[in-house]
Amino acid sequence: MTSPAAARPKPFLGLTVERRYRLIYKPVVFLASLMPLAWMACSLFGWLGFTPPVDVVKFLELRCGKTALNFIMLTLMVTPVRQLARLPNLLRLRRMLGLFAFFYATLHFTVYLLLDVDLDWHQVAADILKRPYITIGFTALVLLIPLALTSTNRMMRRLGRRWSRLHRLVYLIAVLGVWHFYWQEKIDVREPLVYAGLLLVLFGYRWVRSPNMWAVLAPGSTRPAAAVRRLARVAASSALRPPV
Amino acid sequence: MTVRIPRIAPSEITPPETYFNRRAFLAGALAASAGAALGRAGAAVVPAAAGAPLVYSYDAADSVGALVHAPGQDEKPNSWEQITHYNNYYEFGTSKSDPSEYAGQLQTRPWNIAVGGEAEVTGSFPLEKFLNPYALEERIYRFRCVEAWSMVIPWVGFPLAQLLKQFKPTSRAKYVAFETLYRPSQMPGQRVPILQWPYREGLRIDEAMNPLAFMVVGLYGRVLPNQNGAPLRLIVPWKYGFKSIKAIVRILFTETQPLTTWSQAAPNEYGFYANVNPHVPHPRWSQATERRIGAPLFHERQATLMFNGYAKEVAYLYKGMNLHTYF
Repeated sequence: MTSPAAARPKPFLGLTVERRYRLIYKPVVFLASLMPLAWMACSLFGWLGFTPPVDVVKFLELRCGKTALNFIMLTLMVTPVRQLARLPNLLRLRRMLGLFAFFYATLHFTVYLLLDVDLDWHQVAADILKRPYITIGFTALVLLIPLALTSTNRMMRRLGRRWSRLHRLVYLIAVLGVWHFYWQEKIDVREPLVYAGLLLVLFGYRWVRSPNMWAVLAPGSTRPAAAVRRLARVAASSALRPPV
Repeated sequence: MTVRIPRIAPSEITPPETYFNRRAFLAGALAASAGAALGRAGAAVVPAAAGAPLVYSYDAADSVGALVHAPGQDEKPNSWEQITHYNNYYEFGTSKSDPSEYAGQLQTRPWNIAVGGEAEVTGSFPLEKFLNPYALEERIYRFRCVEAWSMVIPWVGFPLAQLLKQFKPTSRAKYVAFETLYRPSQMPGQRVPILQWPYREGLRIDEAMNPLAFMVVGLYGRVLPNQNGAPLRLIVPWKYGFKSIKAIVRILFTETQPLTTWSQAAPNEYGFYANVNPHVPHPRWSQATERRIGAPLFHERQATLMFNGYAKEVAYLYKGMNLHTYF
């Protein structure tokens, strides 16, 4: 890591950036990431004045699933936030967020397996093969496994450039996750659409930032100004063309 | 404006065990006194406050009481808490907890019911007058949602067939259609076009005449809470829950099949008939099994029965029909 901010650490409690993350930020994010689990436990057992849900199974399924999706979204937000807010070190938190996404997705599947279908393997197999929304969700979970397994420093070193190519799978996983959420709704798809919108913004950000985007709009140029001029020319000429 | 939801204190609610014991005791007393004092409850007088006790008859020897026992099913009635806090009632929001949270603001008095179409008696009737001819009875029915969960619920009401006879449908009346109240000011869900409001449902007239089709005004011996469809709802126990329309304000006898809300919203997923059928899956999920709300956590799932276990009583209605086509 040789970004400029990392090169000149500001003194804070006399700790270097690395130690600050290890001793403060990471433990705080870790505990915060366990909050959804704590909330589920409180609801389930009626602790701290929470009311237990009537349909425990549905509640756990939905909570775990949405939390997994939220963590996927958070991992995808790390890049834009660290670039826009000039906080390059945020990258140090991304692995933990990704692993929590995997944790909650696994919990979601476990609840489905143990409590929803009561370990009826025939039904599980039938669901995964015949129910498209379950096929999609299951695929997303399976795709998360190699990402979790290759999240260690050693695997990063060993895979080198292939590591980042492999971890681009997260984009596909995010799409599958939102689609899975969308497809299980009976009719009210407002909430899944919010996730889809967020995904669109996150993908759009990456597209706008990539030099290739301008190349697509204005071949031969990677400069935004040239692309804008070309677009303006096209728009003007089509507007001035007489109607046929 | 926030309106306090009239809640019944937990201490006032009879637990299911006591409730059903008390009822067995009443039934015993009834048999002993040869129906002298408690007899048929007579004309239904429905008190205004949701949750207030109702007067109704219960006969333990009644065949309807036995209907609930189906092989392979856990038939323990769900608790008051479960039945009143886990509802699909999109007029108040699409979450299961929205109805119990927001239905308290619905004013169910005064309430008018308009009856029209192919019938000899038509007009608009205040609820009290509308309900007057019927003696109330209790029926414990399985309730199967199209989302593949189910409950067992002790309803209080009267057979739909009796209602139909009051209005004398003509020979042209092939269907009976129902409509829910449209009042966005008190039904916040109606401000969002999730479905085409007002909610509409309907039955073929012979389905409506089946003795199991039931008009409901009460639950657990009390006036129906708003979130369960007060003041008057339909229960068709062999069909998916969405057929059992709530807060009815209009009844129409028609010659042609009426439009129904869910089949309008997604015709490939929800049909007019919507009979509970384990062999016809919803396009996106299976209907072969269901989760019984409140059953032991690791054993909630059980087989779904044809016509929700009421095949003996209703299968004749669909003889010769392809239930994959008419789902």
